[in-house]
Amino acid sequence: MGAGHGHRLFFHGHSAVHRAPAHLKILALVAFMLTVVATPRDWYPVFGGYLLVVVSVVLLSRVPVLYVVRRMVIEVPFVVFALLVPFIATGPRTEVLGVAVSEPGLLAAWGLLAKGTLGVMASLTLAATTEPTDVLVGLRRLHLPDLVVQIMGFMIRYLDVVTADLGRMMVSMRSRGMNPRSPRSWPTLARTLGALFIRSYERGERVHLAMLSRGYTGRLP
Amino acid sequence: MHVPDGFLDAPTSVVTGVVAAGGVAVALRKARGELDDRTAPMAGLVAAFIFAGQMINFPVGAGTSGHLLGGALAAVLVGPWTGALCLSVVLLVQALFMADGGVTALGTNITLMGLVGCFAGYAVFRLVAAVLPRRTSSVAPAAAVGALVSVPVAAAVFTLLFAIGGTAPVDTGAVLTAMLGWHTVIGVGEAVVTGLVVASVVAARPDLVHGARHLVETRELEIRKAATT
Repeated sequence: MGAGHGHRLFFHGHSAVHRAPAHLKILALVAFMLTVVATPRDWYPVFGGYLLVVVSVVLLSRVPVLYVVRRMVIEVPFVVFALLVPFIATGPRTEVLGVAVSEPGLLAAWGLLAKGTLGVMASLTLAATTEPTDVLVGLRRLHLPDLVVQIMGFMIRYLDVVTADLGRMMVSMRSRGMNPRSPRSWPTLARTLGALFIRSYERGERVHLAMLSRGYTGRLP
Repeated sequence: MHVPDGFLDAPTSVVTGVVAAGGVAVALRKARGELDDRTAPMAGLVAAFIFAGQMINFPVGAGTSGHLLGGALAAVLVGPWTGALCLSVVLLVQALFMADGGVTALGTNITLMGLVGCFAGYAVFRLVAAVLPRRTSSVAPAAAVGALVSVPVAAAVFTLLFAIGGTAPVDTGAVLTAMLGWHTVIGVGEAVVTGLVVASVVAARPDLVHGARHLVETRELEIRKAATT
């Protein structure tokens, strides 16, 4: 199993942001985002300040800005919704480029976009500068229940194994002529998922037995 | 369907965070009852499976595709408490490692997709399973109905939260109609996929399916005589 060298978003580096203890980074992220969410959306200059904070952390971490920006596509479905809000919102109408839109809706759309974008950027910065094992250690320091941290650890450790398993199944089905773009392949895809569940469950049982034989008593050292 | 940061105001986010923390705490205790000391590795692998399952895109037509949410599926396969726990961990990993769903909206996401999705789906599953004949073949349709209902129910709860702490002045009735309409369509896809997945697992390993286990256990051991000719 050659997996486990950081996750897909991790960007290897040695900056101060990379070295900072993970629990402090998680706390900072949550505190920062709570502040952003609680800020009234018509305090426009304050949001500029928030953006400055996030961008300076990104610059400090020496993760290429484009690396973060490119991964912000995850936000796209939400941006579409935010852009729809001025058209469906209630309240007095105003003219923008000759189209009548709701004034409070326009403000709400700005708030959604600003806060959502800041959230995605800040979360991406954490993901890009913190290795999964460090996040787990940080969460344990923050007194997240031990069992949750253990489950997370197993999930992260076996995520690549399970997805690679799925990838192999997809490759072998494609090589036998399945067309994953056709709705007719739904039953096949669903049976694949069923097989993947059985394989994952049985892998879990084997992992548990292997751990027992190495002296596992319900807690990880 | 992941709610991002800033969609609901700060007080609502904090309250749903408390609800989610309470729900996960209860789920932790109950999951130990369902899985005993196997909890950590089993729930971890099931969480990885749910994550991988959400990666498969099901073609819907016209170039668009949807993916599984997996609440009802997880509840039927591994039990509602373990399922809710696994989904919560999946959402936590997605928020911290993939920036999918806001950190401050994590409580909302866990409440909606983890707790409501699992338990609404499981409750309907049990109701339908009680009506259908007690056979392993009725597990899959019951799971499908559970999945069908779980998605719009989660959407309705989201609308409720939006009415309380929403940050956009959109008419609640309009949101409810749009959310219910759209998510019923999603629910149909979820139902078909959940039913097919459960059917395939029941066919191969009925003993692994939490929702079918009581049917397997009632099978008496029978000693059949060799056919004499």
